[in-house]
Amino acid sequence: MSTTELTAAVPTGTWTSDPVHSTFGFSVKHMVVATFRGSVTDFDVTMTGAEDGTGSIEATGRLASVVTADENLTGHIQSPDFFDTQRFPEARYVSHEITRAGEDIVVNGELSLKGVTHPLELRGTLVGPVVGLGEVEKIGVELEGVIDRTEYGLSWNAPLPTGGFAVGNDVKLTAHLELGKV
Amino acid sequence: MIVLGISGSLRSDSHNTRLLRAAARELPEGAELRLFDGLREVPPYDEDDDRDPAPAAVARLRGAIAEADALLIATPEYNSSIPGQLKNALDWASRPRATSPLRFMPVAVIGASTGAFGAVWAQAELRKVLGASGARVVQGDLALGHAHDRWAEGDSLDDEIRLQLREVLEQLVSEVQPTTVAA
Repeated sequence: MSTTELTAAVPTGTWTSDPVHSTFGFSVKHMVVATFRGSVTDFDVTMTGAEDGTGSIEATGRLASVVTADENLTGHIQSPDFFDTQRFPEARYVSHEITRAGEDIVVNGELSLKGVTHPLELRGTLVGPVVGLGEVEKIGVELEGVIDRTEYGLSWNAPLPTGGFAVGNDVKLTAHLELGKV
Repeated sequence: MIVLGISGSLRSDSHNTRLLRAAARELPEGAELRLFDGLREVPPYDEDDDRDPAPAAVARLRGAIAEADALLIATPEYNSSIPGQLKNALDWASRPRATSPLRFMPVAVIGASTGAFGAVWAQAELRKVLGASGARVVQGDLALGHAHDRWAEGDSLDDEIRLQLREVLEQLVSEVQPTTVAA
């Protein structure tokens, strides 16, 4: 008898992110030892679950909405040294395959950022559906993945006086999503 | 297309100002160089004065950058770095961050010095400062060393330097986004 039951990748239907109750963040090593966080506030995510048990996810983030704790840093991250939001206003993630066992979910797909596309695996959980306020069905999805920012042309850095660099290359992407059934 | 030239030297017979005049003659067709002459008047940066309305000389600087499609900065090198007056002007122009005219502005950096290296350190630091200010800094550079020996007649330069200058300017102009879309 199997101990892990494979379930439908995404509950049947089309699910879209609730912007108020969904967050998307990134974190990167700063000064070698610390962690710096930022977020993209303007994004949308659509997940679909087909009758045959397969699922998909598509996400688009508008990078002019990137926010950090400091306006100068926010401006720099939007600039050509980093995202270059004038020429590359959006980042996009599209899945190829989603597998789910219980609440654990693994998404294989591709991230397009600054004109470059690379495969990216995301892992996390999918919980629900539940019926929320207003009789709307909701699912909760949390996903994480790690990219090497230099692979996407985000290669700005500054050497530290005692060795090492100011900003790490590995960037952790984290999404906490509440999605409602359309 | 307007390319705003800013010389980091205030000296009347500056090699860098001459370099900008030489650049004006090498610009591709359709582009014209406008030389900014208000650097001396820009006051020392003081956050207390950084409010609306800005000091007149600062407003003039910001306005000149905002009207331009691209910037060409020619810098000398003082003590291995950027001349204070030029750095000060860029600090003013970079603020406020959200509306700074330097944001996404294509910029090329060139430089001249009477020493052997053509202000390469000042140029490198200037590129760093401009990048941090949100500008679109082109890769091409021109380091005119021994500048006092390089002028042929008046403000003219030898063909090798002119070609280098032309390459930098072509890069700069190619970074300017089309402002109108053909129907």
